[in-house]
Amino acid sequence: MPEKPKIAFYWCASCGGCEESVVDLAEDILMVADAVDIVFWPVAMDFKKTDVETMEDGSILATMLNGAIRTSEQEEMARLIRRKSKILIAYGSCAHMGGIPALANEFERSEILKYAYEDAPSVINSQHTYPEAVYQDKSRKITLPVFRNIVRTLDQVVDVDYYLPGCPPTPKLLKQAVLTLLSGKLPPKGTVLAPDSALCEECPRKESKPADLSFEHFTRPHMILSDPEKCLLAQGLICMGPATRAGCEALCINGNMPCSGCFGPTSRVKDQGAKILSSICSNIEAKTEIAIDRVLDEIPDPVGTFYRYGLAASMLRKKIAEEV
Amino acid sequence: MPEENINKKWEPKIIAFFCNWCTYTAADLAGVSRLKYAPNVKVIRLMCSGRVDPQFILQSLASGADGVLIGGCHPGDCHYSEGNYKMLRRFRLLQRVLRSMGVEDERVRLEWISASEGEKVKTVINEMVDTIRKLGPLGLPGKISVYDKDLAELKNEIDTEIEVDIKPSGKEMVEHA
Ligand code: SF4
Ligand code: SF4
Ligand code: FES
Repeated sequence: MPEKPKIAFYWCASCGGCEESVVDLAEDILMVADAVDIVFWPVAMDFKKTDVETMEDGSILATMLNGAIRTSEQEEMARLIRRKSKILIAYGSCAHMGGIPALANEFERSEILKYAYEDAPSVINSQHTYPEAVYQDKSRKITLPVFRNIVRTLDQVVDVDYYLPGCPPTPKLLKQAVLTLLSGKLPPKGTVLAPDSALCEECPRKESKPADLSFEHFTRPHMILSDPEKCLLAQGLICMGPATRAGCEALCINGNMPCSGCFGPTSRVKDQGAKILSSICSNIEAKTEIAIDRVLDEIPDPVGTFYRYGLAASMLRKKIAEEV
Repeated sequence: MPEENINKKWEPKIIAFFCNWCTYTAADLAGVSRLKYAPNVKVIRLMCSGRVDPQFILQSLASGADGVLIGGCHPGDCHYSEGNYKMLRRFRLLQRVLRSMGVEDERVRLEWISASEGEKVKTVINEMVDTIRKLGPLGLPGKISVYDKDLAELKNEIDTEIEVDIKPSGKEMVEHA
C-alpha cells in the first residue's frame, strides 16, 4: 500500500478557534483522516517537538499553521515546520495577517507586560515580578521564550506557500484546500485559497446596496435595530464587505452583523484598512472640516475597526514609539 | 532613530501628490518664475486629488518618506467636481488612523493651491520642510529592520533553505485570477 500523504497542524499566537474549525469538518474529517496521515497536531494528539525534529526535511506534504508570531518559540517552531513541510499554509486570519493578536501592535512590549503583570485589576504583584527569558538559580538555568516587541504574520517569519483566510476559515474552504492538495493541481504560490472578489459580490443583501451610497451618520450594531434585509453599510453600519475578500458566504451578514474584515483584502489591495477608509470617505456627505469631523467622531476606534485582523500585515505594521 | 541621528546629512524626504489642473500647474509656474523652494520634495502628478488613494500615502511613509504633501484645487474648483472633497474626508480620517499609529499630524499635509498660486507652492513646501526637519526622520523601514534583528538570531539555528527543491513550483497551476 502506498504511503498516505502526511499533514500537520500547528498553532502559534491563536485562540484555539482555528483548531476548532478543523473539528468543524464534522464527518468530512473522516474523509481527511482516510486520505492522509496526521503526523503532528498538538491540540488533539500527543506528539512532541522532538518527533518533528526527527522527521525528514520536506517529508510532510502540508502543514496548516494558525496563529500570529509573537515569541521566539513560535518563530522557532515555524522555522522547524517550514523545513519539514513541502507546503506551508498560513491558516486563519492570525497567521495570514496578524489577526486579533496583532492589535497589540498598537502598544509597546513594555506597556503590555506592565499591564499584564502589574496594572490589570486582577493582578497583585507587590514585588514587581516580571518573567525573564533566562533565569539562573544557582546551577539551574531556566529559560522562557522571548516576548518580541512586534506581532508578525507567518510570512514575515518564514516563506509561506498558501493562505487560508478567515477567523476561522470555514470548513468548506478547508475541505476544498485539502482536496486541492491531494489532487496535486496546485495553484500558484502565494495564492489565497478563497475567491478573489469582494464580499459584497456574494452578499445576499447586495441588491439593496445603493450605487450612490451616502452617509450622514455612522452607527454601531448595539445602537440600532437594524433592518435584516437591507445592506448594512446603507444603514450607516461600518461593513468591511467592500474591502474584504469573499469566501465566507457572508456569515456575519447572515447573522445581521456587519463584516469586520476577517478574510483580508483581495489581491488588488495591499492595505485593507486604507481601502475601506477610502471607500467610506468617498460617500460621506459632509464637505466642511467641522461637519466631516462630526461624522468621523461616530467611528470611535478607526484602527480597531479597519485593521481588526490586519494590523501586522498593514503598511505601517506597528505603532511608532521608542521602546521605553 | 538613534542610527539616523548619527547620519548628520539626513534631509527630509517628502512625497507630493499634486493635481494636474491646479497645484501641479502652480508648481510649474513657481519653476518658470524661478521661485526658490527646498529641493526635498518629489512631486507625483495625478489628474485629481481625489485620485490619491490613502494607500499611496501609507506606502510613501512605509517606504521611507518623512512626510507627504497633497495639493488639490480649492473647494468648488475640482474639475471632476467632488474629488477634492473626497480627498479632504480621506485626509481627516487618515489623520486619525495615523495619530493612533504614532505618526505626527504635521507629516501629512493637504493644501488647496490653484494654478496661479506659484508663490503658495513655495511657501507651503518651505514650511513643510522646516516642520519636518524639526520633527526629525520618520524612518519607518529602519524601525522595522530593528525589530527584524530578532529574526536573524534564529536563522543560523534552524535553516529553512532546504537543498532539494520540494516546494510547489506553480507549474501545475490551473488558472490564475
Ligand atoms: S456592504 Fe456589507 S451588507 Fe452591504 S452588500 Fe457589502 S457585504 Fe453586504
Ligand atoms: S462576514 Fe466578514 S468578518 Fe464575517 S466571516 Fe465573513 S469575512 Fe469574516
Ligand atoms: S481636479 Fe484638482 S482636485 Fe480634482
